[in-house]
Amino acid sequence: MKLSILVNEGPYQHQAADSALQFVKAALEKGHEIFRVFFYHDGVNNGTRFAIPPQDDRNITVEWSKLAESHKLDLVVCIAAAQRRGILDENEAKRQGKSGDNIAPGFRISGLGQLIEAGIQAERLVVFGD
Amino acid sequence: MAMLHTVNKSPFEKRSLDGALSHAVNGAAILMIEDGIYGALKGTAVSSKIEKALETLKVYVLGPDLKARGMTEDQVVDGVKVVDYAGFVDLVTEYDKVQAWL
Amino acid sequence: MAEPWEEEEGPVKKFMFVNRKAPYGTIYALESLEVVLISAAFDQDVSLVFMDDGVYQLKKGQDTKGIGMKNFSPTYRALEGYDIETLYVEKESMESRGLSADDMIVPVEVLGKDELTSLMEEQDVLLSF
Repeated sequence: MKLSILVNEGPYQHQAADSALQFVKAALEKGHEIFRVFFYHDGVNNGTRFAIPPQDDRNITVEWSKLAESHKLDLVVCIAAAQRRGILDENEAKRQGKSGDNIAPGFRISGLGQLIEAGIQAERLVVFGD
Repeated sequence: MAMLHTVNKSPFEKRSLDGALSHAVNGAAILMIEDGIYGALKGTAVSSKIEKALETLKVYVLGPDLKARGMTEDQVVDGVKVVDYAGFVDLVTEYDKVQAWL
Repeated sequence: MAEPWEEEEGPVKKFMFVNRKAPYGTIYALESLEVVLISAAFDQDVSLVFMDDGVYQLKKGQDTKGIGMKNFSPTYRALEGYDIETLYVEKESMESRGLSADDMIVPVEVLGKDELTSLMEEQDVLLSF
């Protein structure tokens, strides 16, 4: 089945991102298709490669990036929410006159329309948040 | 199939469980995850709500969240089924849609 | 065979935005409204529900000057222009908070819990914030 996921919280502060990650892994193992994972609200913080959790802790962003690579996951960070919270890709950094970008591998920044499209195209939308 | 309602809040702090229970129709399912698992336990002030819900609803709790919080399967209200993440995925596909009571 | 979304008209799904959080204390209400506005461009069947503390989002007379935040409540009045004409408020949530439809910044349709439950059951996609 084709599933979409909405993640509304950043990593570490709430369990939502961990739950979403475990759910996505289980769904992929069962052979389901993940149409898109959309990150909104503080969920956009899943997409910064600048976070450095302690070495004995999980690195949620790296786990997302690995899944994106191994399963061609479409990880989309909402542009409006990302700009508020300082998540930028190279293009946005240039456009906004910022000195660097911090988007993690496998993530892309796009508009909220991608969330609506994820709802239209997938057979189920599962929301993780606080 | 009806709706799957997910609840991720402790019923002792937030109204998420009440919201889910009062908006679930016969044949719907409730899945308690994260801090929501505290709502699935025997001998608490909300246990009777779950027992009553079981008359018309299916009630599930996510095992990994239960274990992480030091709770065991035999502490769960009788009739509540324990599922793992694979079971969570199955519920999402078996039911028509999912409403998250955040 | 063409997938349903490849047809010219495209599929129309029933989307419900379930607002259960008060404004200002957290950003959910504001950012939820941003999604609602975008959804209007997709020609879907959109409904907007306010329940639990979400009913506070529609309270008349919000004045945020003293807290340094933007008052986004006038945006609810603009929703009509986006073809989102009906805002549903749950009766029980409203009344238990001592509010009535007259306290709301826009005309709302007040639904009892059971009516709202039926409306939820009709949806294809439920987005909760």
